[in-house]
Amino acid sequence: MPQIEQIAATYASQIFWLLIVFGLIYFGIGRGMVPRIQGTVEKRDAQIADDLAAATRAGQEADATEEAWRTRMAEARQAALAETNAAKAKATADAAERAKAANAAMQARLDAAEVEVNQARASALASLEDVAADAAQGIVAKLAGIEVSREAAADAVRKAVTHG
Amino acid sequence: MAQGGSKIDPMHQFLIEPVFGQSWNLFGYNIAFTNSALWMVATLVVLWLFMLGGMKGQTVPGRWQMAVESFTGFIGDMLTANIGPEGKRFLPYVFSLFMFILIANILGLLPFGLVPGVHPFTVTSHLTVTGVLAIISFALVLIVGFSRHGLHFFSLFVPHGTPWWLLWLIPVVELFSFLVRPFSLGLRLFVAMTAGHILLKVLAGFVINGLNAEAVWVAPLVAIPSFILMIGITLLELLVCAIQAYVFALLTSLYLNDAVNLH
Repeated sequence: MPQIEQIAATYASQIFWLLIVFGLIYFGIGRGMVPRIQGTVEKRDAQIADDLAAATRAGQEADATEEAWRTRMAEARQAALAETNAAKAKATADAAERAKAANAAMQARLDAAEVEVNQARASALASLEDVAADAAQGIVAKLAGIEVSREAAADAVRKAVTHG
Repeated sequence: MAQGGSKIDPMHQFLIEPVFGQSWNLFGYNIAFTNSALWMVATLVVLWLFMLGGMKGQTVPGRWQMAVESFTGFIGDMLTANIGPEGKRFLPYVFSLFMFILIANILGLLPFGLVPGVHPFTVTSHLTVTGVLAIISFALVLIVGFSRHGLHFFSLFVPHGTPWWLLWLIPVVELFSFLVRPFSLGLRLFVAMTAGHILLKVLAGFVINGLNAEAVWVAPLVAIPSFILMIGITLLELLVCAIQAYVFALLTSLYLNDAVNLH
């Protein structure tokens, strides 16, 4: 086994070159390069953590904005509803008032018309008595040959109307 | 090992040969640049190229950067899980350890032998290398433990709830298990890599010798089943490469947890 047989002849050279090579690896790579690589990794981890925190913050802000928007929308909707209701109520009241006014006007005209009709009927009745008196005067003159005065004929008609 | 005229030696792959600088000396010790050192440098270069892809620092990472970050994140998570928030301080060391072992394991297993003149070499199959890594980890545990807790670190050897009449035995057992750690750490990796590579080489020897055998029945009966077995074992060894690197890093982080948090 050369590892044992040659050990006396080669250990010094082996140790010397191992110390040089391992020293170069330790100081050049282990202490020189590894911390910088770890630094890159740590920087990246920190950046990822920062980005995640920023994203969480932005998400919370968005939630808050949405909440505020929702509140404002609800308020606006409520205000709109109130306005609509008020307008509706006002319109209903207006309509009722106008209908009442129209009714009143109609009633007035109806009353006036009734009065007119009654008058017309009264005058018609009065003229009917005149015509009847004339007719009675004429009939009496024709049938009995008696000249009756106008007042008597009218009297007789009035009596007949009231009793008949 | 080599029998029946075969020249295939499963141990040859572990042989250390100088590439250049045979005569280099430091304080009287020979420090020739060997094939072992060459593959250590190859590991360093591969790891460095891999890490370069992770240095773009993009906020939205590409695939390569993602791969590098998943490796650092994997070790970082393991340290945080085992040691706690303080574990991040040990990330450079444990990451270097894990990646060095992982890439050295895998480079030793890749079929570079297909390229003429290239002989793959597994750095982590050498006791010297795994031993040094284990001793560095153990020393780090001692340094962290004593610098944080001072002499109170010795309370590690007296676990909570030890009955008074066992106080003469438990610290001895605990001290022994503590001192065994660097050996188990270094030997485990060394043995796992060595055994896997020997097994693959022995099977490869069966394949080659079976195909070259004079008797016709040897090839279908020995060479082909051995080759199929080799495919499976190679996949298993790739898994072992990753598991051994993970175990080494995991045990180091567990030992560091003892040093940081005591019991």
